[in-house]
Amino acid sequence: MSTESGPVPKSGVAEDVQQGPRVAVSALVTNLREYGLILALIAIMVFFQYTTSGTLFKPVNLSNLVQQNSFIIVMALGMLLVIVSGHIDLSVGSVAGFIGALAAMMMVIWPLGPFSNPLVVSIICLIVGGAIGAAQGYWIAYHRIPSFIVTLAGMLIFRGICQALLGGGSSVGPLPVGFKALSSGFIPDVIGSLTLIPPVVNAAGKTIVGSGLTLHMTTILLGIVAVVAYAYFGLRARRSRERHGYEAEPFSLFVIKTLVTSALALFLVYQFATYRGLPIVLVVMGVLIALFVFVTKRMTVGRRIYAMGGNAKAAQLSGIKTERLTLMVFINMGVLSALGGLIIAARLGQAVPAAGLGSELDVIAAVFIGGASAMGGVGQVVGAVVGGFIMGVMNNGMSIMGVNVDWQQVVKGLVLLGAVVFDVYNKNKA
Amino acid sequence: MASTILEMRDITKTFPGVKALSNVNLSVEEGEIHAVVGENGAGKSTLMKVLSGVYPAGTYDGEIVYRGDECHFKGIHDSERRGIVIIHQELALVPMLSIAENIFLGNEHASYGIIDWNANETRTSALLKKVGLREDPKTLITNIGVGKQQLVEIAKALSKEVQLLILDEPTASLSEKDSQALLELLLEFKRQGITSILISHKLNEINRVADKVTIIRDGRTIETLAKKDISEDRIITSMVGRSLDDRYPSREPNIGEIVLQVRNWSVYHPIHAERQVIKGIDIDVRKGEVVGIAGLMGAGRTEFAMSLFGRSYGRRITGEVLLNGKPIDVSSVSKAVEHGIAYVTEDRKTYGLNLIDHIKHNITLANLPGVSRHSVIDDMRELAVANDYKAKTNIRSSSVYQMTGNLSGGNQQKVVLSKWLFANPEVLILDEPTRGIDVGAKYEIYTIIARLASEGKAIIVISSEMPELLGITDRIYVMNEGRIVGEMAASDASQEKIMRAIVRGEGKAS
Repeated sequence: MSTESGPVPKSGVAEDVQQGPRVAVSALVTNLREYGLILALIAIMVFFQYTTSGTLFKPVNLSNLVQQNSFIIVMALGMLLVIVSGHIDLSVGSVAGFIGALAAMMMVIWPLGPFSNPLVVSIICLIVGGAIGAAQGYWIAYHRIPSFIVTLAGMLIFRGICQALLGGGSSVGPLPVGFKALSSGFIPDVIGSLTLIPPVVNAAGKTIVGSGLTLHMTTILLGIVAVVAYAYFGLRARRSRERHGYEAEPFSLFVIKTLVTSALALFLVYQFATYRGLPIVLVVMGVLIALFVFVTKRMTVGRRIYAMGGNAKAAQLSGIKTERLTLMVFINMGVLSALGGLIIAARLGQAVPAAGLGSELDVIAAVFIGGASAMGGVGQVVGAVVGGFIMGVMNNGMSIMGVNVDWQQVVKGLVLLGAVVFDVYNKNKA
Repeated sequence: MASTILEMRDITKTFPGVKALSNVNLSVEEGEIHAVVGENGAGKSTLMKVLSGVYPAGTYDGEIVYRGDECHFKGIHDSERRGIVIIHQELALVPMLSIAENIFLGNEHASYGIIDWNANETRTSALLKKVGLREDPKTLITNIGVGKQQLVEIAKALSKEVQLLILDEPTASLSEKDSQALLELLLEFKRQGITSILISHKLNEINRVADKVTIIRDGRTIETLAKKDISEDRIITSMVGRSLDDRYPSREPNIGEIVLQVRNWSVYHPIHAERQVIKGIDIDVRKGEVVGIAGLMGAGRTEFAMSLFGRSYGRRITGEVLLNGKPIDVSSVSKAVEHGIAYVTEDRKTYGLNLIDHIKHNITLANLPGVSRHSVIDDMRELAVANDYKAKTNIRSSSVYQMTGNLSGGNQQKVVLSKWLFANPEVLILDEPTRGIDVGAKYEIYTIIARLASEGKAIIVISSEMPELLGITDRIYVMNEGRIVGEMAASDASQEKIMRAIVRGEGKAS
């Protein structure tokens, strides 16, 4: 899941290896490895769907799941780049807590007049997050202080400031409704809803036929647009490869992949549509995921981050400004930590001193479950996102099952260890 | 005369999808120096790993008979217990530990886990004397040069009471002088009855010390030659499967205007601030010219090149660089690259390649704008570029999606060269461009250099192999102790002349 090429024999005699059928086989093996993680997620979902007697996929629970875990995934996007570039950031949970406190103080306590508007506050908070990232990244990039130490210091510092800001153990709230929409709101239904089979009610007021299910049509439409766009761009990339005379993956594999992904996406979209539509935070997250996939896969800056993580000296001698790039990676992490903090505060409706406490570990775990290497240079955005969802589904599923929180941690720890062991074992075998 | 100490019969080793060795036979007699040669990727290192137990018994077919017993080594410990010690091409020393600590690492003189440092150091001193290394046993490995580190490795082997010493390209990173000393040492060991297997690319060395040569090509034994039959031509023919009439491609130099001038270049050591490493160097390179820089290890050639290339080495750098007559700013690598200067490092694994990424991404790394629009990479254009350079420099791999870490040395070097060719520099500095790569790949690298010169590039080649400099350059600067101590046209240069310039320069420097 972490490399693009298939397993490559170690010896130089590889030159003699025949191409042709082997390419197709290796493409399949590669894809199996790449999709192994997604298959694992699906397996975990099916497992909990069964053990929770169908509660997991209930529309209301799906919305909860997204709202509870989106901040982990948002921060995991930044953490992926940090880890790929060969660093770590332990401060994200504290920074998120601090930003939540800052936002609450600005909106509720401090007399800022027009500046206490949720949108203005959010923008200021994101900027502050970026500045925190820059402050930490500065020491890491230009003074070569190990990121573990700098961000460990940051973890203590910002948790402390967060608590001081809130005046000891108290919480600050309630936050304005407009702000809470970031986490608990749904996209407005501009097209209008559709009642699937209008219920027929008998004289006694009992429904005889029809479920009375209403669908959030804007959600359905957005879902269809996204799926069509996904298929279109996939097809276009394939065509482009073929036009330039390069082998693409086998067509059957492409079709299966596209169909399965689309079906899964449409199923989830349908579930959301039967409830209140897409949560706003899911849309924010989706846009960010797409952006980061694009940046890491297609943009020069993404490529340079991977090169820096793979061999910093070689990258530097290839003309890459590694110090500035490291700084940028940490600024990005700071902004996303701030966004994570806003999402947490919006979900709770208030700022609490313990907001985001320990979440850095969930975020880091998500990235490693997603196949990133602790040595740097290896890791995929989609992997980190799926890793985040695996953590989220386990949290949610075990909570519904009534598993004790203590044991939930044990299970999550084992899953993290298992995923990485599996990954390392796989790589060695290849 | 002597008995057979080692017999490897029909060794076959397969990796997923590849047969690395097929029915290889090797027979070594007691007390001889047996050379194993072959192109990179031919399977020499694999064979030695089978012998030393790195690939444990059961993962290969065939049998190993050592001193009359059939052996099934499960790991390197098993083979070492029988006195078989392998010294790998990449040295396995811990840089921040001392010589004595390294020599007895895992094998310390200790009772109940408490180390007897005096015993360790006394024994280390004795061993160092045997290998002719005059260093304090307490010196940290990081503070001694590669040549001396190699000697420490050999001392470590001696400490294990070695009977069969395997050296995997021991002189690949040594200067001429250190190499000579090492070969002398091998001959001395032979007198003491230690058998050696020497893997090497340097045919003159083999000529000098080997009693027998086994040639391996494409995972098969081609032939074993006795001392009287050893000749460079014969070996080359067997190695590449064709005869190489000329080891250096001929070319018609077409030399133009001066492209690069360096004036009064001085550099101080990055840690020892008082030590001046480069002492006022002046050089020029013309369009279409290949200029060599000769010198011994530690002459400051790499330091000079790296300081020139975006101040990648040293402190308090002073001096002037002119490109086509105009002063340019080379204070960072990106500025140097923008001005059309490229530096191909001597250490491709540490400084040249991202080993965990594939060929395509490595080739375009120094010139990503060349395959992108508005910072968005055009995947198809990148693939086309990678395939183009793969063909141009003849990189042998299954595709451009092969990890560079899995390529042989020669092919890795071609990837690094491709990276810099795609950056389209005016001046190309090549630091030991053929170190550790085989004869066939060397010739290909020389051909690329000749072609670049004919395209009008100005090329600087730093090399410790004097025949190579004499064979491919137009003009040679001789460097010693941070100074240029001689300059000569390649046509009237010779190894003796270069050495004389170095020796005279040494007199001047002191």
